[in-house]
Amino acid sequence: MTWDEASVARRAAAFLAEHDPAAVDRLAFLRARFDAGLAWVHFPEGLGGLGAPRELQAVADRELRGTPDNQPGRIGIGLGMAAPTILAFGTEEQKRRFLRPLWTGEEVWCQLFSEPGAGSDLATLATRAVREGDEWVVDGQKVWTSSAHTARWGLLLARTDPGVPKHGGLTYFVCDMRAPGVEVRPLRQITGEAEFNEVFLTGVRLPEALRLGEAGDGWRVAQATLMNERVAIGGMPVRRTMMEVVADTWRSRPELRTHDLHQRLLRLWVESEVMRLTAARLREQLAAGHPGPEGSGMKLAFARLHQELSGLEVELLREDGLAYDDWTFRRPETVDFLGREAGYRYLRAKGNSIEGGTSEILRNIIAERVLGLPAEPRADKDVAWKDLPR
Amino acid sequence: MTLLYTEVEEELRAAVRDLLADRCSPSAVLGRVESGVESGTPYDAELWKTLARDIGVGGLLVPEELGGAASGAGGASAREAAVVLEELGRAVAPVPFLASAVLATQALLSAWGTAGGDAGGVVAGELLGRLASGEATAALAVPFAASPYAPPAPAVALGEDGTVTGTAGGVIGAEIADVLLVPVRLTRGTALCAVEASPAAALGGAAGGAVGGAVRGPVRVTPATSLDLTRPVATVSFASAPARVVATAGGPETPWVREALLRGAGLLASEQLGIAEWCLATTVAYVRERRQFARPVGSFQAVKHRLADLWLEIAGARAAARNAAARLAEAPIAGDIAVAVAVAQAHCGAVAVHAAEECVQLHGGIGMTWEHPAHLYLKRAKADQIALGTPGDHREALAGPADLPAPV
Ligand SMILES: Cc1cc2nc3c(=O)[nH]c(=O)nc-3n(C[C@H](O)[C@H](O)[C@H](O)COP(=O)(O)OP(=O)(O)OC[C@H]3O[C@@H](n4cnc5c(N)ncnc54)[C@H](O)[C@@H]3O)c2cc1C
Repeated sequence: MTWDEASVARRAAAFLAEHDPAAVDRLAFLRARFDAGLAWVHFPEGLGGLGAPRELQAVADRELRGTPDNQPGRIGIGLGMAAPTILAFGTEEQKRRFLRPLWTGEEVWCQLFSEPGAGSDLATLATRAVREGDEWVVDGQKVWTSSAHTARWGLLLARTDPGVPKHGGLTYFVCDMRAPGVEVRPLRQITGEAEFNEVFLTGVRLPEALRLGEAGDGWRVAQATLMNERVAIGGMPVRRTMMEVVADTWRSRPELRTHDLHQRLLRLWVESEVMRLTAARLREQLAAGHPGPEGSGMKLAFARLHQELSGLEVELLREDGLAYDDWTFRRPETVDFLGREAGYRYLRAKGNSIEGGTSEILRNIIAERVLGLPAEPRADKDVAWKDLPR
Repeated sequence: MTLLYTEVEEELRAAVRDLLADRCSPSAVLGRVESGVESGTPYDAELWKTLARDIGVGGLLVPEELGGAASGAGGASAREAAVVLEELGRAVAPVPFLASAVLATQALLSAWGTAGGDAGGVVAGELLGRLASGEATAALAVPFAASPYAPPAPAVALGEDGTVTGTAGGVIGAEIADVLLVPVRLTRGTALCAVEASPAAALGGAAGGAVGGAVRGPVRVTPATSLDLTRPVATVSFASAPARVVATAGGPETPWVREALLRGAGLLASEQLGIAEWCLATTVAYVRERRQFARPVGSFQAVKHRLADLWLEIAGARAAARNAAARLAEAPIAGDIAVAVAVAQAHCGAVAVHAAEECVQLHGGIGMTWEHPAHLYLKRAKADQIALGTPGDHREALAGPADLPAPV
């Protein structure tokens, strides 16, 4: 059937009539919501969706507002990256096994991509996977892995053929984070807490059934994950924007106001309004079936604005800006951006221009793919990975 | 409301763009401003006639009942005018669209809207009809640099004999205008008056060659040497010039002027978008071809990153300008429409200047030459940044609606 606003709303009403959120247990409610196709309506039936247009998700979310949610902040990597990748490249069996507990939040996912020697240049990564019968044996080290300490599954990119140029010899796996040989060590970061980790993989055995996509085709699968990562970061539902946070401080603390800060604040207010409009225009383009190149810029714009606003907030606060709420070494489940204070926000926002592709890399992408400017000369394209200088 | 372009808008754009490609190449504009320096006006009257009469851009904001194309349901609106401005900006076209079809027209519309069926309303309606048909061109005799948040008090007075006397400086489109719309002061209150000024007389007569206002007459237009070669500003003097009253207002305010400036500012953002788009496209094309150090200049990351940032600013400018145009198309100015205008101006004014400056810089020595059109865009962009309120003026105007009060 073809879905529209009214039919999705009816579906949601029927679901609520059968599952009273006050009467059933939270997890049972979420599982039932998934089974009713109201998890992500654009997914196929049977996999949490209705096969409906993506923009009708807003209708489902609106109708089910106030009912238990799946804490999207805690499972962002699963929702934003794992799910679309599994949907696009997974076998039927993989889709049935992974998508439901992923969406309900019963199983947390992490992304085992970056390595000490491979960040922006991800395709140089060195973690090896060698086939032994119907298993793969994985050895290597990953780094900056957010949520690895709470994750049940990891999206793993590993090298399976060192004899071909770097993009060709990669294979994509789902890594069982409970498998023997997986060791997660916290990495304390700039904010004092450890949101990300180092992950050591020593003789980890993964069955063939956990391979995602063809052997040697890992780069293509990873591209899908990375594209979705940028969309997810740019399009994350936010409880409150950084602009609102700073504006509230400005309104409640008249004694802190200066003319210089006022000018800068107004400038950033205009910028956030322009960003909001750009995003609105992009959504319209997507809905009309013409994805515009604006998408490539949203993460870049977001990082800049977030960083400037959080920096301004600390400065505005003066004496209070000199204080920091808590340097305790913790391993949080989520990034509590709004629950913490200005100093934390300032420091955490620094990651916005690094995580999920640095601003420099995004500028390269815009320059080359949107503006059509020539690539820098490259020395690594046609050389087998094992022969690259490292 | 949509922030995208409709099919009708794209058709209008294509018609304007085709005409401009034919008749208004950058070298043609350059040639014209060169000879314009001597003749006193760079305006391309023939091109303007075609645009106004044949394509009908003169009537985009004028209601159907007065002979224009604007109508409540599906007719033309600020959205179409904005698309025309994008194309005129892209071509730095020397035509008085902004001066006549936007600023003067908006002032008349505002007066017509309040005057109703009285004598002034009749005059306004008749003038709007002439502008819509392309038969006449008008100019609003207020400084182009005036801010909508603090419009200047009129410096022209209306005499008892129905003539006006005084001077208005910094006016755009006056050299080519058939009608001058003049805000005047009364003993109590203000009025908007229409003064006929045949362009020949205003320029001192083609035969007389007395450009610069040597000829004494009731209306004298003295073009200044201005930063923007494609849209000069002029001083207009009235010496007992016969005038017709279009509208009157009680207070010291000239409400029609304020509204025209605000709406004009919102639409100017689209011209600024067009300027910026041309500058980016031209620069990208150049750095792809130009080679230094054995590779295209555009393969250097220092250059690529600057252009990527500029592209991002322009994507924002497009969204902000479209938003302003769409909101202006809706109806009378309300608080949120004023916000849309101020946001668009605060952003787009700076983006156009940045784009034009990058264009000059990344063209290297060529960018500094008179032969290359980059300077036309830089001059237009910089003048536009000052016009109808600077980005700073528009930002400041947002302090109230954004509830971000200034320090006391
Ligand atoms: C908070 C946070 C969470 C993260 N979570 C995860 C995660 O869960 N999973 C995961 O796999 N990874 C994660 N990352 C890693 C992240 O993806 C990488 O840090 C990022 O891709 C950059 O790689 P790098 O740190 O090795 O820096 P490098 O690539 O070494 O870059 C160093 C500097 O050089 C610049 N640079 C590099 N190449 C170029 C170039 N070609 N042109 C111009 N400049 C260049 C970069 O922009 C940067 O400024 C996370 C990072 C952060 C900060």
